[in-house]
Amino acid sequence: MKLASVNQPQTETNGNFNKPVIEVSGLNLWYGEDQALKDIHLNIPENQVTAIIGPSGCGKSTFIKTLNRMVELIPNVTITGNIMYRGQNILEPKYRVEELRTKVGMVFQKPNPFPKSIYENVAYGPKIHGIKQKKILDEIVEKSLRDAAIWDEVKDRLHENAYGLSGGQQQRICIARCLAIEPDVILMDEPTSALDPISTLKIEELVTKLKQKYSIAIVTHNMQQAARISDQTAFFLNGELVEAGPTNEIFSNPKNKQTEDYITGRFG
Amino acid sequence: MGVREKFDRELEQLKTLVINMATKAEQALASAIQSLVEQNENLALQVIDNDHDINRLDEKINETAIWLIAKQQPVATDLRKIISSLKIANDLERIGDQAVNIAVATVKIANQPLYKPLEDIPKMSERVQNMLNGGITAYKTDDLKLAKQVADEDNAIDEMYHTLIQELLQKLTESPELTNQITQLAFICLYLERIADHVTNICEHMIFAIEGKRVDLNR
Repeated sequence: MKLASVNQPQTETNGNFNKPVIEVSGLNLWYGEDQALKDIHLNIPENQVTAIIGPSGCGKSTFIKTLNRMVELIPNVTITGNIMYRGQNILEPKYRVEELRTKVGMVFQKPNPFPKSIYENVAYGPKIHGIKQKKILDEIVEKSLRDAAIWDEVKDRLHENAYGLSGGQQQRICIARCLAIEPDVILMDEPTSALDPISTLKIEELVTKLKQKYSIAIVTHNMQQAARISDQTAFFLNGELVEAGPTNEIFSNPKNKQTEDYITGRFG
Repeated sequence: MGVREKFDRELEQLKTLVINMATKAEQALASAIQSLVEQNENLALQVIDNDHDINRLDEKINETAIWLIAKQQPVATDLRKIISSLKIANDLERIGDQAVNIAVATVKIANQPLYKPLEDIPKMSERVQNMLNGGITAYKTDDLKLAKQVADEDNAIDEMYHTLIQELLQKLTESPELTNQITQLAFICLYLERIADHVTNICEHMIFAIEGKRVDLNR
């Protein structure tokens, strides 16, 4: 991955949003010769939920993966611009990506628990970070599973394999695993698209609670989900950020016709 | 093939229901005023009876709108149009009720000679009917300019109402034996003024549906 030189970030304040925890400015990304992101400017406000919506191939997942530099796992990626996380540019070569991925955690579309027990899934991250005492690990596991709203369902079978759980439960185990290493920001890439409606609503309820402690960015194809749970909605199209704003405004009276066409399903 | 053809058809069907209801409200008002001018008790009773048709359309619009919201999960312009249809139907239902009120008042004075030939009330009602017709035309064609022009008429209706009320009150003090008739005529003026307010509301709902702005035209 090549990191090119950067421009000065632009900061905007908006009465609807908290101060930003991540500020993206002038972000461009290429996969080889193909430009996947074009001059993106977007703030992720603290302790609020930002939904990223748009049709397939618009750059939503690419964008969210830049925020914890997961995108650099793909070969031939070039990025220009700034991504400021709490005032530091994460795209600078000297920025420690391992530390970034502790603070900016990720939950993926397909639940991907480790082939281990429920306990070991959640304890894995803290153990990697050097926590060895069982009492502390037990506390972290319980707190994380409680915060992920699954403790009561699994407390009596912590040493059973996580693969024995339902899809919705597995996804909450993945969220608990993410929480165990005390992130600051949680990125979610279509976290409920593989789940049944009830599990989806449980995850949505969880996201609404989690934002009290964490800042959340969620990619979703489900516009009603974006409308239900987010404070800010950003609409991407062909690698560009067409419009971003308070979710109430985006879904009641968007400024841009392309946004209107997409959210009303006229975009074909 | 359009992406949401079925939904677009259903939205058109909802709009057609509202137009049908508006047409019936318009007819109700016209018949109520005709019954007053002609002192035609039978026609007035028909207006009262036909109000059920307007109410049934209101129920149908409510049902259709609720199902559309539940099934189609509309947002933005689609949602505003559906919500506005509900609000417009509500105002049309009230216009129908006011037409009934005019008819009821007409029945109460049908069997007595009017103290003078009606001139001012028919003039006021003609302007109100023109407002209603203009509002319906604006709704059919999404003509915001026309909607705003229609709403502007409301001030003139208010002035006519106040002038007429003053005259009627003056007559009441001069001729207390005409209390029943004067009172009913005053009520009719009030009902017409209220109808004009409801037409202005309809124009406000149209502006909200199309522009997403809430305005107060009932100044």
